[in-house]
Amino acid sequence: METKQLTGSQAVLEACIAEGVDTIFGYPGGAIMPIYDALYDYADKLKHVLVRHEQGGIHAGQGYARTSGKVGVVFATSGPGATNLVTGLADAMIDSTPLVCITGQVFAHLLGTDAFQETDIINITMPVTKWNYQITDATEIPHILAKAFYLAKTGRPGPVLIDITKNAQFQSFDYQGYTVCNHVRSYRPKPIIRQEYIDEAVQLINEAKKPLVIFGQGVILGKAENEFKQFIEKSGMPAAWTILALSAMPTDHPQNVGMLGMHGNYGPNVLTNECDVLIAVGMRFDDRVTGRLDKYAKQAKIIHLDIDPSEIDKNLLAHVGVWGDCKETLPLLTMGIEQKDRSEWLQVFAGYAKEEYEQCIKDEMYPISEEMTMAEVIQAVNEITKGDAVMVTDVGQHQMVTCRYAKFNQTRSNVTSGGLGTMGFGLPAAIGAKFGAPERTVIAVIGDGGIQMTLQEFGTIMQTGVEVKVMILNNQFLGMVRQWQQLFMDKRYSFVDIESPDYVMLANSYKIAAAKVSKREDLVAAVTKMLDHKGSYVLEVMVGKENNVFPMVPQGCSVSEIRLK
Amino acid sequence: MENEKQEFTITVYTENQVGLLNRIAIIFSRRKINVESLNTSPSEVQGIHRFTIVVVESREVVLNIVRQIEKQVEVLKAYYNTNDEIVWQELALYKVLSDEITEKVKVERLLREFGARAVAIRKDFIVFETTGHREETNKLMEALAPFGLVEFVRSARVAIIKESAGFHEKLKDFEKSEPGIELVENEFLGQRGNVFTM
Repeated sequence: METKQLTGSQAVLEACIAEGVDTIFGYPGGAIMPIYDALYDYADKLKHVLVRHEQGGIHAGQGYARTSGKVGVVFATSGPGATNLVTGLADAMIDSTPLVCITGQVFAHLLGTDAFQETDIINITMPVTKWNYQITDATEIPHILAKAFYLAKTGRPGPVLIDITKNAQFQSFDYQGYTVCNHVRSYRPKPIIRQEYIDEAVQLINEAKKPLVIFGQGVILGKAENEFKQFIEKSGMPAAWTILALSAMPTDHPQNVGMLGMHGNYGPNVLTNECDVLIAVGMRFDDRVTGRLDKYAKQAKIIHLDIDPSEIDKNLLAHVGVWGDCKETLPLLTMGIEQKDRSEWLQVFAGYAKEEYEQCIKDEMYPISEEMTMAEVIQAVNEITKGDAVMVTDVGQHQMVTCRYAKFNQTRSNVTSGGLGTMGFGLPAAIGAKFGAPERTVIAVIGDGGIQMTLQEFGTIMQTGVEVKVMILNNQFLGMVRQWQQLFMDKRYSFVDIESPDYVMLANSYKIAAAKVSKREDLVAAVTKMLDHKGSYVLEVMVGKENNVFPMVPQGCSVSEIRLK
Repeated sequence: MENEKQEFTITVYTENQVGLLNRIAIIFSRRKINVESLNTSPSEVQGIHRFTIVVVESREVVLNIVRQIEKQVEVLKAYYNTNDEIVWQELALYKVLSDEITEKVKVERLLREFGARAVAIRKDFIVFETTGHREETNKLMEALAPFGLVEFVRSARVAIIKESAGFHEKLKDFEKSEPGIELVENEFLGQRGNVFTM
């Protein structure tokens, strides 16, 4: 085979091309300069998005991965560039987002000498990466990057960080071409499916009178939306989702009974403690979903489908653990289960939904107060987008309200920081989401707290011209913390009162069109204008200062103790 | 499920990789679990390392830890065993002043009694070695203390799993892209009925 001389830097970029990468989010700096120098010649093949902060870069990579289903790629330099990735890595780790992050590192001979911008990023990121590795010799680059992409996207996906010393980036070597990795002997991307557990699960489902399906992001990550739909439709079972699974099933599907967890819907929470068989698909029983664990679904037989064996029995002991990729296990279950009409059981959910609507939703969607509610803002968006937009959220009240009220027709339309709850995620993630799905409308819904954590990324929007619709729901408070202080800490509003800049002026200074709306009668027109506008747009919506998100399962309570008010 | 804390020996087969020790260590430290003893060395299979880790924890916690360990990319397999399922030894070295040994017959008798071997004999001091369980090596240490035990050190536990057939055959299986069922699954699955008692 003919070989050619390449530098380590060129080999990194060749690897990206071979892996089908089209967009890289990054920020240059001293220790990654050779890679950026090589990138100068690859500009026609690889699009590089210059972010304003490495945290913005990695959140953009996450947004890209979520909407595109591909691996997000992020470049950063050593030292502070690398440490600025840590929050995003932790977020991607807990939310199983496939990323390959490449960081520059000081020359190998300087490792351990406290050289300028040296930091031990391998050890720093060990708990928040699926795998990480330091390259000190360029000849390692092709196979290590192949392994990195393979590990990031297979099995339960996750972030991988590759740290490359500067000498390895400069070093020329005989490049033998790039071979995609498809096997690592010590790594099992998916467990083998065992028929006996499929059979046990099928039997439990067929005998169930009141089964409930709860599903997580595994359905999306496994690209198993169709398999899931067939499973649900044949079995007739109600299905409730975790926030990361939102949009895997259309909102208006008759068996979609809503959201689980702390601010989820009334029916699925209460009935979790009344169902006889609970079928969990690609979800991990997070405490925000289960509430108090020793009072969670005690009466039910638990069937747990997961690709990650360490999730089964981790939080909740399963009666039947169906290990495997749900894209493969779901059809096996569908084959075995009987076609059933469970409309009577679905009616129970409808009853709870009605009660929730009367006591809670109605006032949120059609408020009598003068102040606008977050729910009516989301409702206004629904009316125009009809559920076709990608909704990106930050973290807090607006996130819960958007997840509760936004409509979705297609999968990979909800991008949010679930497990880590990273404020500041929304704006950069929305930028990445748009690069990942350029043909779709991307709407970022962000609170007045979160936007101020990463608003430097307006600069990225300005420079790239990426079209993101940013809605800032401004209640002049760190609303979720304020809500807890109100409910559980005697209204002692400790440091939750937050001032905002003039967002319209701020956006304009970044050459982004913007408007502010404070009155209900202007809302629909303002949202319409935002969506009709060619290019990015910032719409600040003033909402009620002390509105709360309900229903709510207070911390330490059982899901059946959910409060409507 | 018996859920009292007891000694568990965790055996981990891994690739020989920089940083893997830390990846395994943080699984314990993240959960604030103290490692009683840790040994790492090459295994019987070339290129494969073997960790032997001792913790005092409940079975439920150990099971979760073992799965987290096995999830690490460079870990091939992890097992956990109670003391009755393994054969284990620790090695101890004792440094005693030569004068004490040569002058006092009692010491010599002690050393015989405990099966200690002299591994270094110098004019000024002698180093003895014993292997055994913690209690056994402790006993000799206590017995020697009155006679001027200058220095004492003990190794981590090393353990052989009674039921294990070694790793050679397993490794061949790992190298296939479709390995057998035993490698991919945890023995726990087959005993679900025994384990789930709620």
